[in-house]
Amino acid sequence: MRKASPFLAGLLFGLGLCLSGMIEPGKVLGFLDIAGLWDPSLAFVMGGAVLVAMAAFRSARGRHTTLSGGAFHYPEARGIDARLILGSLLFGAGWGLFGLCPGPALVDLGFLDSGAALFVLAMAGGMALAAMLTAEPAAPSARPEWQDG
Amino acid sequence: MAIDWVHFTPGSALAGGLLIGAAAAWLWRIEGRILGATGLLAGLLPPREAGWAWRGAALIGMIAAPALARLIWATPVPTIPLQAPGLILGGLLVGFGTRLANGCTSGHGVCGLARLSPRSLAATLTFMAAGFAVVFLARHVL
Repeated sequence: MRKASPFLAGLLFGLGLCLSGMIEPGKVLGFLDIAGLWDPSLAFVMGGAVLVAMAAFRSARGRHTTLSGGAFHYPEARGIDARLILGSLLFGAGWGLFGLCPGPALVDLGFLDSGAALFVLAMAGGMALAAMLTAEPAAPSARPEWQDG
Repeated sequence: MAIDWVHFTPGSALAGGLLIGAAAAWLWRIEGRILGATGLLAGLLPPREAGWAWRGAALIGMIAAPALARLIWATPVPTIPLQAPGLILGGLLVGFGTRLANGCTSGHGVCGLARLSPRSLAATLTFMAAGFAVVFLARHVL
């Protein structure tokens, strides 16, 4: 049952994305359209999520182990570089095209939506391509944990 | 700027946000992992990282969520326009960009901001600005 806990975290994440309206691309585009009729709802999603997450990160400060006795996997400290900015620009552009970012796109698979399936396939392709282009010639054991999230 | 009062749903937006925050809190406090959709999916693709089992479990939980949400509060089914070229271009941009930046709306936008990471703040401001700009161009210029 060791995988029950991440499964439940994913389930909670998905329920939150459903309830918040993030899974509806039209609603996301309504938020991104500040020059038109603007729907500020998603600012409340972000605010609520950051508030709770911040409390959790603070309460873990100074602790060496998780509640299950494991280690904390801190994101690699990399600083602000061209790769971060270029990647975020491309991501934001794609997000603005359809109103889908990775989390909601994955949850939308659960509605058995063929558009979401096509989007996720292309997204996985884009990720694999970026991983190939940025691969560093290092021994697999020396490869650091790369992800922020 | 005019507010779209008809579609404005601060209550469910805030409640959903609290749930997303709770998921991030759970994953950090119990598993010691950052909740990020980009990391979850990218970690399952080649070159595969260690830790694919917990990522796979979390991903299955996300995909299972709509069935439960429909059961509990009859969550509306999203409408995704089936325009293949646009979906493929959008997906490629989102996948390539998030993998390059190592995070998206959840990893940088929620967890990174909650950790007060300057790197995540820079990423979030950048992708939000790009999103605003593309929608502005698509709806008001082109």
